[in-house]
Amino acid sequence: MDARATADIRPGGGGREGEGREGTTVTIGFIPLLDCAILVAAAEKGFAEAEGLALALVRETSWANIRDRVALGHFDAAHMLAPLPIASTLGAGGHINAPMIAPFSLGLGGNAITLSEPLFAELEAEGATLADGPAAMAEGLAALVARRRHSGAAPLTLAMVHPFSGHNYELRYWLAAAGIDPDEDVRLVVLPPPFMVDALAEGQVDGFCVGEPWNSLAVARGVGAIVTTKSALWRQGPDKVLGLRRRYAEEHPDRLAALLRALHRAAAWAGDPGNHEALARLLATPAYLGGSAETLLRALGGRIVRRHGQARDFVPDFLVLHDHAANFPWQSHALWFYSQMVRWRQIRFDPADAETARMVYRPDLYRAALGPLGADLPNASAKVEGALRHPTPVASRSGRMILGPDGFFDGRLFDPDDLEGYLLGLGVPV
Amino acid sequence: MVDATLRILVIDEDAVRASIIEDGLREAGYVRVSVITEMRELLRQIVQADPDVIFIDLENPNRDVLEQMFQVSRSVRRPIAMFVDRSDTASIEAAIDAGVSAYIVDGLRKERVKPILDMTISRFNAFNRLREELDRTKQALEERKVIDKAKGILMRSRGIGEEEAYALLRRTAMNESRRVADVAQSLVTAAKLLG
Repeated sequence: MDARATADIRPGGGGREGEGREGTTVTIGFIPLLDCAILVAAAEKGFAEAEGLALALVRETSWANIRDRVALGHFDAAHMLAPLPIASTLGAGGHINAPMIAPFSLGLGGNAITLSEPLFAELEAEGATLADGPAAMAEGLAALVARRRHSGAAPLTLAMVHPFSGHNYELRYWLAAAGIDPDEDVRLVVLPPPFMVDALAEGQVDGFCVGEPWNSLAVARGVGAIVTTKSALWRQGPDKVLGLRRRYAEEHPDRLAALLRALHRAAAWAGDPGNHEALARLLATPAYLGGSAETLLRALGGRIVRRHGQARDFVPDFLVLHDHAANFPWQSHALWFYSQMVRWRQIRFDPADAETARMVYRPDLYRAALGPLGADLPNASAKVEGALRHPTPVASRSGRMILGPDGFFDGRLFDPDDLEGYLLGLGVPV
Repeated sequence: MVDATLRILVIDEDAVRASIIEDGLREAGYVRVSVITEMRELLRQIVQADPDVIFIDLENPNRDVLEQMFQVSRSVRRPIAMFVDRSDTASIEAAIDAGVSAYIVDGLRKERVKPILDMTISRFNAFNRLREELDRTKQALEERKVIDKAKGILMRSRGIGEEEAYALLRRTAMNESRRVADVAQSLVTAAKLLG
């Protein structure tokens, strides 16, 4: 039951394949962020045990370590930035080319964009308020950026967590929608989440895009204001997935199916608001995130304090752990991430690569593992992203699955069958 | 043949380990070695050092900052690739096992970098062994102190000699299949509770 009891595994990974009395050990790396919740619940609330698995959760300090340790087999699976298994499979960014798959999404949303107090005060002076939507907020920022350029001031520095992260793409998407060129008009830098708040307080960065609890911690310290959330930029947008080597899935299909069943039940538990208090307490233990359970609880419920001293705002779908098929690995999500890699020149467009990227997300494995549980499964493996303006029933096994609204804030649609058209529409030559 | 012209950068918040690596590289004839132990404005410091090879310890969250250098960017002069040879998984594995990651400027020949990589990995391993040994010594010392305390308690409460007190501890440990130090710790804790 206790993850820490089994987490004592040498980095070299001895004993991973152990078939002990408590069951098969599956070693899973995670980064201490709110959306490791499903993994923690699976390990601590008996869901893994019920499937004959002992989860050894190993806390990591960087996404680079997560990727490399999965690639080398130190970890059987990991909490991963949703684009990371795609980048690794394509060998993008000069890394080891390691074929990975993502058979389960660990949540939708969960992060936000925070600007420093001085920068937000400048925006306010121009008439911005926290009630502004993402489009208006970005327009205001664009005006400031232009003014800075004319006056010869240094460009704004904005931080995110990794080049192959949803954070990088949503920050760029938001800036670009208002005409800010993220590579020319501002400086985008990578910072590890635990350093974000200090960097903002010290003026090293003017803003950041990061997962919770780091935005709320910046607000609590009075050094930043949450100007928008992922859920406002791309409602029901994917953020983290369970990533693993393709080979592990081929060699241990039953073990993987058992893991997916455990995660499915853990997600249902973690996504139930009635369990949020227990979940927040669990996550706040030092072995996982540490810190204040109260801050975590607020974020789990989407009750976000956007600026120091202000009342809580309710942000719908701030972090979705289970509802609206949140755990289903939509191949349209994989293709959208691929489109952003091309858009921001991380890789060159190639239809064969697009197909490889699509196949990294594995709804087939999800269906095969969860079908027998009676879980409701969408019939489609991909959808037009941004097409649902309201909660909408879609064809599913039971015939009554409701997907939530999933719009991009600029109203743009992403049709996974017309990748080239989408990129051309963004002004990207393909 | 040592390629003394290569610029090597070691990034490590553990200043002792960093200097062990630096010394090793200098002894081997590499003269252009620099070290970063302060992580503020890391990217700027790296650009300033302008290295051909970078080593960073794996506990360092700033590995993700380095990932940015793979991207084509205005702030970095050259694209950098990880490891000498991406197909050389044995070297990659040895490095990660030792707790270090290497970043090499794209296009550097394998044979120029391999000796540096090997030397750094072996120094990291040596450092790990040293640290483990130190931890064990520290633990042994702590246990010694607890056992002495437990012996003292037994001697006072039972009016026995030191040797007899130790024999009693050892017998109890054997009967309960526990370590002497653990039995001693329980006794010390219990004595504290009982006042």
